[in-house]
Amino acid sequence: MSILEIKNLRANVNGHEILKGINLKVNAGEVHSIMGPNGSGKSTLAQVLARRESYEVTDGQVTLNGKDLLAMKPEEAACEGLFMAFQYPVEVPGISNAYFLRAALNAVRKYGGLEELDAMDFLPFLKEKMRLLDMDERFLNRPVNEGFSGGEKKRNEIVQMAVLEPKVAILDETDSGLDIDALKIVARGVNTMRSPDRAIVLVTHYQRLLDYIVPDYVHVLVDGRIVKSGGPELALQLEEKGYGSWVEPAIA
Amino acid sequence: MSTNVDTIRDFAKSEYKWGFVTEVEEERVPKGLNEDIIRLISTKKNEPEFMLQWRLRAYRHWASLERAAAEPKWANIKYGPINYQDIVYYSAPKQKTGLKNLDELDPEILRTYEKLGIPLEEQKLLAGVAVDAVFDSVSVATTFKEKLAKAGVIFCSFSEAVQKHPELVQKYLGSVVPFSDNFFAALNAAVFTDGSFVYVPKGVRCPMELSTYFRINAAATGQFERTLIVADEGAYVSYLEGCTAPIRDENQLHAAVVELVALDNAQIKYSTVQNWYPGDKDGRGGIYNFVTKRGKCLGVSSKISWTQVETGSAITWKYPSCILQGDNSVGEFYSVALTNNYQQADTGTKMIHLGKNTRSTVVSKGISAGHGQNTYRGLVKILKNASGARNYTQCDSLLIGDKCGAHTFPYIEVKNASARMEHEASTSKIGEDQIFYLRQRGLSVEEAVSMIINGFCKQVFRELPMEFAVEAQKLLSINLEGSVG
Repeated sequence: MSILEIKNLRANVNGHEILKGINLKVNAGEVHSIMGPNGSGKSTLAQVLARRESYEVTDGQVTLNGKDLLAMKPEEAACEGLFMAFQYPVEVPGISNAYFLRAALNAVRKYGGLEELDAMDFLPFLKEKMRLLDMDERFLNRPVNEGFSGGEKKRNEIVQMAVLEPKVAILDETDSGLDIDALKIVARGVNTMRSPDRAIVLVTHYQRLLDYIVPDYVHVLVDGRIVKSGGPELALQLEEKGYGSWVEPAIA
Repeated sequence: MSTNVDTIRDFAKSEYKWGFVTEVEEERVPKGLNEDIIRLISTKKNEPEFMLQWRLRAYRHWASLERAAAEPKWANIKYGPINYQDIVYYSAPKQKTGLKNLDELDPEILRTYEKLGIPLEEQKLLAGVAVDAVFDSVSVATTFKEKLAKAGVIFCSFSEAVQKHPELVQKYLGSVVPFSDNFFAALNAAVFTDGSFVYVPKGVRCPMELSTYFRINAAATGQFERTLIVADEGAYVSYLEGCTAPIRDENQLHAAVVELVALDNAQIKYSTVQNWYPGDKDGRGGIYNFVTKRGKCLGVSSKISWTQVETGSAITWKYPSCILQGDNSVGEFYSVALTNNYQQADTGTKMIHLGKNTRSTVVSKGISAGHGQNTYRGLVKILKNASGARNYTQCDSLLIGDKCGAHTFPYIEVKNASARMEHEASTSKIGEDQIFYLRQRGLSVEEAVSMIINGFCKQVFRELPMEFAVEAQKLLSINLEGSVG
C-alpha cells in the first residue's frame, strides 16, 4: 500500500479549477519531486494535501496511510503524519520557537497515544535537530519566525519537520529565496530525514535543489495535470529544454 | 474564505462560568440616592463625623453634575441612560457584625467563594496570598491578618480601617482621587460602602501578596468599593484584585475608586484580573464598569506599577494612572483588554510627570472579537519642571473577525523640552494564514488562537504574579471560546 495515494484529484481556488485530475502514488522510502511552471498548480496541490479549507476539492480521492485524507481537518492530517514546509512560513509573535515546537510535538504525540514530553526531555531533542540545520541556539527563545531572514525561516521549517518526524513531508518551494550555502544546509537536513518509512515530496521550480536532494521520481505538472513522470534524469531534461513542449500545446 | 469567516464567527459562543446567584438574606436600603440614604449608610457603618461630612460634600457635588449632564460622554462607548434613582446603594448579607472567625460567616457565602476558586480558610489558600473578600457592599472576610500584623502590615476592610485607623484614613482618603475628580468618583465617594485598606509601614516588604476578591451578588444593586493602599518610605507591596458577578439580564453599575500612595523609595504593584459578567452574546445584561484608579508617586524614587487584564463587563471605562510627583519616580501600565460579543472597553492610562527624571512605560494590548469595540485612550503629560522625563508607549490591537473594532486615542502634552517620548502602535488581525500554519503543525483551532493571543499578550502577562498569569491566560481562552471554531 502506498503511503500517499492521489486519484483523479480536482480542486478549485476562488471558483477556478486549478487541479484537473491528479494521479500520484508515493511509497514510503521514496522522494518525489513535482516540477512545473508558474501557475501550474504545484502549491495548490501542496495546500490541498495539507487540508487548507479555502481550497475546494471537487472530485477525486486521497489516502494517507490508507485513511481518507480529504475527510481530515488540517490538524488531523498533521497528527496522522502529514507535514508541509511552507513556502511562506508565518510569524507568531510572542511565542518562542521552543514552546511552539513542544506544543506541536505534544499535540501529535497525544493524538498517537504517546506521553507528552516535558521541557526537560524536549530541549536536548530540539537542540540536536537544530544542530543538524546549523541553527544557533538563540533561535530557541526567539518568537516563531519573527525577525528571521528568508533563509532562517526555511531552515526553521526543516527543523520543525525533523522534530515532528512525519510520515509524509511536502516541501513547498523550500528552495526559493535560498542562497547556495543555505540550500546545501537545507538539503543536508532533508537528506538525513530520508528513511525507509518516510516519503518526501519536493515541490519546486528549479532543478537546482535536486542536485543536492536526488529524487527517486520526477513528475511534471502542467495546467493542473501530471503530464510526464520519470527518474531524476527528467529534471535535467527540463533544465535544458524548459517546460515549453508541454505548455505550448495547452495554449494552442 | 467563507470558511474562515464562519470559523471566526463561531469563536463567540462562550459561556460565563461564574454567573450563579447565592441565596442569602440581605439587608438593603431602599432604591435611590439622596442625603438621607447617605446618612443611613454612614450610620449603618458607624462612621466618624468626618466621613459623613465628606460623603455629603461628595453627594452634593455629584448631584450638581447629575443635574447638569450626568456622566461624562467623551468615551467611545454607547449605552442607554442610567437611572441613578433605580439602583440600590447598599446591600449586605445579614450576618453578625464583628466576625471572630470564619465559622460565624454564612456558609452560603463561604461556598460562593469556594465555587469561585477562592477558599477563605487559610489552610486552603494559596500560600503567600492574603485575601479580603468583598460581597456586594461589604467585606465578609480577610485572611492572614495575624501573620500580616506581625510584620506591621495593616490589611483590612475599609470599614474596619475607618474604625481602627481613622487618622490614616483621614490623611489619605481622597488625597489622590478627590471626590470632585469626576462624576463616578463623586458618586463613589458619596455612597461607597466597603473595600480594602492597606498600610505598609516604613521599610517593610509585605511578606505576602495581598488580594481582594469582589463579588456582586444582589440584583439591581450597584457596587461602589473603595481601595486605599499606602506604602510608607521604602515599603513594598504587591496587591491583586479579582471580580465576578452573576448572570442577570439588566445592567448593573460598578463604580469603584482605587487610590495608591507611594512615599520615598516605596513600590506598589497593583494587578487586576477583571471578569465581571460581560452580558450575553446579544449584548443583554452585563456590568457597567466605571472605575477611577490612580496612584501617586509622592516620594522620591518611588514606583507604581499597574497591570490589568480586563476580560469582563459590558462596558469598561477605566484609566489607571500615575502622578509622578517625586523626583526619579517610575510609573508603569501594562494592560490587556478583551472585548467579545457586544462588549465595549474604553481604557488606558494617564502618566503625569511632575518630578525630575521621572519615567513611565505604557504597554496596552487590545483584543477585539465578535462585535466588540476596544478603545485605548491615554495621556502622557510632561510638566514644566519635569526635566529629563521619559515615556515609552506601545499600543497594539488585535482583531478577530470583521465585525469588531479597535480605536486608539493617544494624547501627548509636553511642556519641558528635555523630555524623551516614544510611541509605537500596531493593529493586526488574526489571519487564516496564522491559524492554518499552527493547525498544520497539529494544534486545534482553539489551541492555535489561544497561542496567538498569549503571544500577543506576553509582555503584559509576564508582569503578573505567576498564579495570576496562568489564571489570566485561561480566562482569555475561556472568554474567547467558540469565537474561532
